[in-house]
Amino acid sequence: MKSGTGQAVGSVEAPARAAVRTTDLVKTYPAVRSRRGSPAAPAVRATDGVSLQVRRGEVFGLLGPNGAGKSTLVRQLTGLLRPDSGAVDLLGHDVVRHPERAARLLAYLSQDSSALDELTVSLAIETTARLRGLAPRAARRTRDEVLVELELGALAGRPLNRLSGGQRRLACVGAALAGERPLLVLDEPTTGMDPVARRAVWAAVDRRRERDGCTVLLVTHNVIEAETVLDRVAVLDRGRVIACDTPGGLKALVGDDVRLELVWRDRPPLEVPRIAELRAEATVTGRRWTLRLPPRTARETVTSVTTGPAFAALDDFTLATPSLEDVYLALGGRTEGLVKA
Amino acid sequence: MSATAAGGARTTDERHPERRTEPRTERLPADGHPAAAPRPVPHGEPGAERETVSDTESRIEPEPLAAPARLWPALGAVYRAQLSRARFARIPLLFVATFQSLGIMILMRGVVDGGAEARAVVAGASVLVVAFVALNLLAQYFGQLRASGGLDHFATLPVPAASVVLGAAGAYASFTVPGVVLTAVFGSVLFGLPLGGLWVLVAVVPLAGAALAGLGATLGLSAPRAELATLCGQLGMSAALLLGVLPAGRLPEPVRWLRDLLPSTYGVEALAAALEPVPEWGRVAVDLGVCAAVGLVSLTVATWAYRRAAVR
Repeated sequence: MKSGTGQAVGSVEAPARAAVRTTDLVKTYPAVRSRRGSPAAPAVRATDGVSLQVRRGEVFGLLGPNGAGKSTLVRQLTGLLRPDSGAVDLLGHDVVRHPERAARLLAYLSQDSSALDELTVSLAIETTARLRGLAPRAARRTRDEVLVELELGALAGRPLNRLSGGQRRLACVGAALAGERPLLVLDEPTTGMDPVARRAVWAAVDRRRERDGCTVLLVTHNVIEAETVLDRVAVLDRGRVIACDTPGGLKALVGDDVRLELVWRDRPPLEVPRIAELRAEATVTGRRWTLRLPPRTARETVTSVTTGPAFAALDDFTLATPSLEDVYLALGGRTEGLVKA
Repeated sequence: MSATAAGGARTTDERHPERRTEPRTERLPADGHPAAAPRPVPHGEPGAERETVSDTESRIEPEPLAAPARLWPALGAVYRAQLSRARFARIPLLFVATFQSLGIMILMRGVVDGGAEARAVVAGASVLVVAFVALNLLAQYFGQLRASGGLDHFATLPVPAASVVLGAAGAYASFTVPGVVLTAVFGSVLFGLPLGGLWVLVAVVPLAGAALAGLGATLGLSAPRAELATLCGQLGMSAALLLGVLPAGRLPEPVRWLRDLLPSTYGVEALAAALEPVPEWGRVAVDLGVCAAVGLVSLTVATWAYRRAAVR
């Protein structure tokens, strides 16, 4: 989709200015006392000393499973939530001290669409553009452009809550893109979308980056998407950044190991000695075995499972180079909750 | 950068004094040391590329802020969107509100013969339509918006809090107009009251609407849970029903005090006075004045509640 993954990482050569910079950001949600019907919850450090720097013009991702602290971090960047301590700098503005400035610097796509739900797609986009400070004529023009850009024309007159999940999400992306902003903060923008809609979204985002030098901060738990669209990615787990690099750089951390997945038709043919050996190394999920192997061993294993009685019992297999999911796992993160689609 | 273009060409330094007065010490570089005092280094100076991050940043101006939405245009945009929302989703509820009031009047027809009590019933039933929509439904709307995180949408747009609250309140109040007019006309005919004073609805609906919508918005935005907001809205409407429709003369003393505290009461009184054969316009004006004052206070409190709810 784009280049940029090859740029130097951790280099002292700084770009003109960071678009987003957080310094030692901490946010703790207080403990909840137990009430009737709801158990007590201990205090949660949702953001635990996060220091990040997003360069201008890059597509930067926050990757992690649900509950990793991605949304809490984003809410602090957008001025919606005041951190307990630490600093947030957006394009040269201190957003902790002046949270109201965030709205004049960024466009934010939240996960929730309830503010727009009962509006038509067209009115949702136009109203958002108006509230972003555009004059009536400019707002209408922007609305028309966004409708064409995201191929929403056919849905323009329908209220958001009568659309499918993916279509509604696309309309919300449309509202987020209405009115120019140097920084786009998108919280899981493509959830529920079909591939056509996804492509339209990434094309629109790319256009803004190339035309206006937009910086994009993307929250995702979709590892495949993260690999394809991000310039750099910060991996979050339990409120901490456990790694931050290009997707390629992160994958290099895992080394050369490849992932072999075997899916058995019925039950694994354990009577085959090689299969019995593999069982000890595999992560078993129902009929599926996941193995992380050096490339040479993987090749040999593929040969042995695709011949003889093992092949008869085999339903499917995949051999893949490391993904961000493997990185996440190697870094000690909990992998449940990451989406591979 | 294109941010200034978003607000049109009017984005000038006069409108954004913060661009010039931005205190540089606010921005700390990543290493945590205070930024060096800004030096007038021209961009083209040799060796500039070798500077550290903090040196480079200390002399770059912050990104200009896009122009915020102004109060009245933003209010207009919110009003239009809310009215359209109401049209799509709330028409059945307006029918409910209107039929409820018509039903109450038909019921009271058997008890009340005419005179002051009939005027109180018609005025109370008419304002009840406003209470149903502006208080009850608005409390529910803001309660749900707050609980679901929908307020984030508005909070991350550069829009004044008053625009969101007044726009929504205004739209909900306007939405009641057909129901109120129908109720008032039907009631006047039913009880044989003169129709000549009904023009006063032009003032009663917006003023009672402001007072009740402000109350509804405050309840919705302050309730910790959406269900509580719904409950408060329902209770508020029940209060408007009992204290507004039942003639004040028949209520016990403590309940009458409660009635005086309810913001809709003054709208009811004004409308009742206007339904007299020879209305005392002075009294109508005083009641409307009180209603306006309550409305102002109520909307101010609602705006405060919105600000509090939007940024936690």
